[in-house]
Amino acid sequence: MRSRDEGEQRRPAVFSRDTRRGVDYCHVALSTAKIVLGKAAHSLSRIGDELYLEPLEDGLSLRTVNTSRSAFACFLFAPLFFQHYQAARPPQRQPPRCKVLMKSFLAVFRSLAALEKTVERCCITLSPESNRLVVQLHCKHGVTKTYNLSFQECESLQAIFDPAECPHLLRAQARVLVEAVSPFSPALSEVTLGVSRGRRVVFRSYLEDDTDAARAMMTEMSLSEDEFQQLQAQEGASITFCLKEFRGLLSFAESANLSLNIHFDVPGRPAIFTIEDSLLDGHFVLATLAEPQAGQEPGQGPHSTTHQDDFANDDIDSYMIAMETTVGEGVAEGPRTPSPVSEEEEAESNVIPGTPPLKKFRSLFFGSVLAPMEPPSEPNPVLAEDSEGEG
Amino acid sequence: MPLSTQFEDGNSQCILVAILDNVRNLSNILKAIHFRDHATCFATTNGIKVTVENAKCLQANAFIQAGIFQEFIVREESITFRINLTVLLDCLTIFGSTPLPGTSTALKMCYQGYGNPLTLFLEEGGVVTVCKINTQEPEDTLDFDFCSTNVINKIILQSEGLREAFAELDMSSEVLQITMSPEKPYFRLSTFGNSGSSHLDYPKDSDLMEAFHCNQTQTNRYKISLLKPSTKALALSCKVSIRTDNRGFLSLQYMIKNEDGQICFVEYYCCPDEDVSDSES
Repeated sequence: MRSRDEGEQRRPAVFSRDTRRGVDYCHVALSTAKIVLGKAAHSLSRIGDELYLEPLEDGLSLRTVNTSRSAFACFLFAPLFFQHYQAARPPQRQPPRCKVLMKSFLAVFRSLAALEKTVERCCITLSPESNRLVVQLHCKHGVTKTYNLSFQECESLQAIFDPAECPHLLRAQARVLVEAVSPFSPALSEVTLGVSRGRRVVFRSYLEDDTDAARAMMTEMSLSEDEFQQLQAQEGASITFCLKEFRGLLSFAESANLSLNIHFDVPGRPAIFTIEDSLLDGHFVLATLAEPQAGQEPGQGPHSTTHQDDFANDDIDSYMIAMETTVGEGVAEGPRTPSPVSEEEEAESNVIPGTPPLKKFRSLFFGSVLAPMEPPSEPNPVLAEDSEGEG
Repeated sequence: MPLSTQFEDGNSQCILVAILDNVRNLSNILKAIHFRDHATCFATTNGIKVTVENAKCLQANAFIQAGIFQEFIVREESITFRINLTVLLDCLTIFGSTPLPGTSTALKMCYQGYGNPLTLFLEEGGVVTVCKINTQEPEDTLDFDFCSTNVINKIILQSEGLREAFAELDMSSEVLQITMSPEKPYFRLSTFGNSGSSHLDYPKDSDLMEAFHCNQTQTNRYKISLLKPSTKALALSCKVSIRTDNRGFLSLQYMIKNEDGQICFVEYYCCPDEDVSDSES
């Protein structure tokens, strides 16, 4: 996005409201902006099946959450990002919120090459009256593509997270991180990121316990501290998270030539990946694998089993509904233990960010999978022995 | 050329002999209509017409005129046979469908008449492959009775402008709706899928528009599953002529330039789906 900052094609933006028609417009006309929007859509599509679109006064927000609710992503495009941006203002009416199928939104931006070559202007209109999200692409040769996407009105999707609460922070150019994860197999689902001796940052493939260690391939990439713009984490800190979602954000950040911040805490607490420039910011919140033996006090064990029992009896549907209603029901409950994390929860104005409202949703996806496992403190301590024993 | 001399003796028994220096000039154009396994071939002294049909609603014709071949002999007034097009294409591309630069596969094609197989001699770099493909009883093909005097609207577009549109067709929509009109929106392709509708509008003064002759507004729907195969022809073509007649029948004519710069035509006919009662705009 630096190129756009410097580019002379940048045009003044209008931020007004068409009260007569009561619709919301954004025109994406900048030659790079439409690509950025398309890439954001591609990046979000790696996570969720539904896209939550909200025209706010401070910009257009695109959000998604995955089906297991272990990953949340959000982009906010500032009004200045658009050639023209106009949103309903709260005093007059509630800003419309809607969700569309990710697949149908992505269909509009499917071909980034075509977007770059043929699309001259993109216009997004959300009009609750017609119940359609209209995306118009004005292309070369006067061709116009109009997509009328059906949407559902919904409540705001919000995750509660506060990067400031995470003690550890890594900051690096996206390019550096892209190179670091590129050797990992596309089939690999999780990767462990840690700070090892000599303050080297290590990415290591995470093998699940039932993996046959003799057959598995371990990949490890070690980066020197110099590669990072900021490295604020003690040696031994490590987290394990999903690689696919991470790659999604990385490819976006790389194309925009941005730096990526990784905020993280102890294993089991969500990691927050952020990018930022003057016209947009992006947040990905990913659940991390809980490793009870790694860096947590012994009293933690019973707690986590209790949570997992909670989870087993929990009605996921009711939780999903809770996410889409504005009732901050989780706030009152949820005793504050050091580890519980609700990485996504409805944020109302009365919800204090960072409050862990419903501990039972802690690392929802991984928590349930991991319950019977005992992840070793060192991910791969016995690789060699195993293979010898079998040979 | 060894082919023309080597098999000289058999030539007199053949009612069809066709010799081609570059087999891709034939195989490429057949690919444009390859959406069903079987095809009917008609040969006259003018050339060969290969027809593929689907669901009694769609017909695709490829015309390979005599001039495309280096030698083209037809010893009867007309020759008709049915053949497995998939097998024919597999044989024609037996040396690979993407040849090394500078090499080409030569073809000699012979047919001795009803009940005989179609014999292909393919030669590349001194290697000769002989393929015999059984022919089948010819079937009657559909007559769409598409007559140029009944044409109401006609548009000629550069194929480039339609390629992306057809590649990205929302296949969750049952129909592709085509609107042609002397007024706005001039030429519109619409789909109505699970996730909503989409419209693609081409203004009549667009650079892509080579000709625009629309006399009255017509909106017709065609089964998208029937039209999707025409994407193959679109991909190879440089121009496409889109015509509709007074019954709403659709004719798509694709102009395809082969590797030697010669021009061939592929044509698709399609019946309209139903009368448009409630169209979403």
